[in-house]
Amino acid sequence: MSDVVLLTLTGLGLAALYFLVASGLSLVFGLADVLNFAHGLFLGVGAYATWWAAGNLPGAGSDGFGFVVAVAFGVLAGALVAVLVELVLIRPLYSRTIEQVLVTVGLSLAGVALLQATWGADPRPFPRPAWTRDVTGVLGANVPNAGLLLIVAAAVVLGGLLAFLRWTRYGLVIRAGVENREMVTALGIDVRKAFTLVFALGGAAAALAGALGGVYFGTVSPGQGGSLLIFAFIVVVIGGMGSVVGSAYAAVAVGLLQQFVNYYGTSGLGDLCVVGLLAAVLLLRPQGLAGKVAHA
Amino acid sequence: MTNSVVEAPPAQVPDELAPGHSRWHGVRPFLPLVALVVAAIVPYSTANLPGIFEGPLNSPGTLQLLAICLVFGGLAAGYDLLFGRTGMLSFGHALYFAAGVYGTDILVTRAGLPLWQAALLAITGGTILAALLGAVALRTVGIAFAMVTLAFAQVGAILVARDFYGWTGGEEGLPLDVSGLPPALVGVANTVNLYWLALAYLALVVFVVHRVSGSPTGRVLAGLRDDERRIGVLGLDPYRFKLVAFTLAGGLASAGGVVYCLIVGGASPHITSSELTLSLLVMVVLGGPGTRWGPVLGGILYMYLDHRLTAFGTSDAVNNLPAFLSHPLSQPLFVLGTVFILAVYFFPGGLTSLRTRLHPLLTTLHRRP
Repeated sequence: MSDVVLLTLTGLGLAALYFLVASGLSLVFGLADVLNFAHGLFLGVGAYATWWAAGNLPGAGSDGFGFVVAVAFGVLAGALVAVLVELVLIRPLYSRTIEQVLVTVGLSLAGVALLQATWGADPRPFPRPAWTRDVTGVLGANVPNAGLLLIVAAAVVLGGLLAFLRWTRYGLVIRAGVENREMVTALGIDVRKAFTLVFALGGAAAALAGALGGVYFGTVSPGQGGSLLIFAFIVVVIGGMGSVVGSAYAAVAVGLLQQFVNYYGTSGLGDLCVVGLLAAVLLLRPQGLAGKVAHA
Repeated sequence: MTNSVVEAPPAQVPDELAPGHSRWHGVRPFLPLVALVVAAIVPYSTANLPGIFEGPLNSPGTLQLLAICLVFGGLAAGYDLLFGRTGMLSFGHALYFAAGVYGTDILVTRAGLPLWQAALLAITGGTILAALLGAVALRTVGIAFAMVTLAFAQVGAILVARDFYGWTGGEEGLPLDVSGLPPALVGVANTVNLYWLALAYLALVVFVVHRVSGSPTGRVLAGLRDDERRIGVLGLDPYRFKLVAFTLAGGLASAGGVVYCLIVGGASPHITSSELTLSLLVMVVLGGPGTRWGPVLGGILYMYLDHRLTAFGTSDAVNNLPAFLSHPLSQPLFVLGTVFILAVYFFPGGLTSLRTRLHPLLTTLHRRP
């Protein structure tokens, strides 16, 4: 019993990480049709900015309130880089989808190389508050606190995103844009502002994933974003492009499947099962679980 | 899920605006043949090209680098059959290349088969794999297709890294067991034979790709790239044509894998990474997608730059620069990625489009006495 609880909660922690990366990807894709390969870069920027802030920023540290400041700095840095990327690189290629994808591909190559050039290729120890290394007893299972922190953060982000999409004017524009971009443009609403906003949101969520992923894994390395990104892509496809809720469901399915199969089968089998799930979903429901509807 | 729009290639320049025929016009059809002959006799030259290659042209190190460049020229040309000529954005092309490399390596080293059997089995296996996975992946279109092929390729990377039954050697890779190989392909002294093998592979791929794109099937593929619905309206099944292109490109990539395995004498896990597919995409875009020679040139140039920039990045010239310059410059991928982004912006047609773009400039220069 305690095994099942532990696996469920660690699986949910993994799912939370996937969801944080996938939510931004899914929104950007739904609105702009851009498959953002540079999303892993935002994650790396968030992780390294948090790591740097914890050591160098006055008022920030690796414990207590200082850690919150460090993470906030990382998230801000991620959002800022995402906005810059959108304004400088993506916007001039408006509605030329293939070129936009190519640019993000080039950016992902160059960006990871830049991180590697600045901080070296080896993983660096990540500053963690002492309490995240402890475990909490849940129904007789000892669950690592870092995983619980991830679950809480993902739940907060999910709630915040849904509230934003449902009750604000810009959320309405984004939902409508995912549904039918031409129509929104025809009504005289500038969708490009919404693009920038969605990039900022996605970058912030990915940077948060980078910072909390650093806490979860205990290290930070330039290639961290790349491996997470592929599973995030899978989550986006299974969940249906452009649907935040679909991403959340798919992330939970993928995370739980991966943890349980890796534990009860051989290691690595879970990753294969996830791709098998993707193939099954594609054959049965090519439009994904939720289809292209940004239902809040 | 909207269909992503793929830009059509620029229209042909009408005759009255076209540059006058130069004196080279009669020779042009034979230039590829001349290039092939020149490439074939390169190993007989002992020329030293300081700054370009480290040793004389016929030294094994230089020949191996050239052979790898040629193989990647062929790979890029095969990938362009998907991207530039059919408009399919696949992010999983590395999988079929890796199938060729690891297939050959495992069958020779672990199963002890003779090389020709192993190579045939690996190429057949890679082609069948491409047909099966393509049949599933092609149920999606556009960006979803890109993600699905990426996920399938990731399975290959996981299988290689997890090292099931100790077949693949995991992170260390798997050196090729050369004891059963034909002696002409083994040893440093015989690098020249591998170079010719790579050249033959490149010639084969270029020949196949050109024949296919010139055939009626190739016209359908170009039609799929420009407007898939129209092909459907004409009564042709887009799915079947796309699957044929996907399978053919996969088979060509597996053949390249066999050659690459012989050149580097083994397999290493980095060839299964998605980064390899991304670099194929970079090669094609740098060279010029959908053009006759662009992808080949792009592939050769990319691999050469990748190799030389690694050497350049650790040279004294770079190390003496201030830190904010020398660190990024020591990463070949940073330089290549930046060049690629600039290429997407400033010459979308790739290297091969430069001639047409520079034409006005050249004519003004020629007019001056």
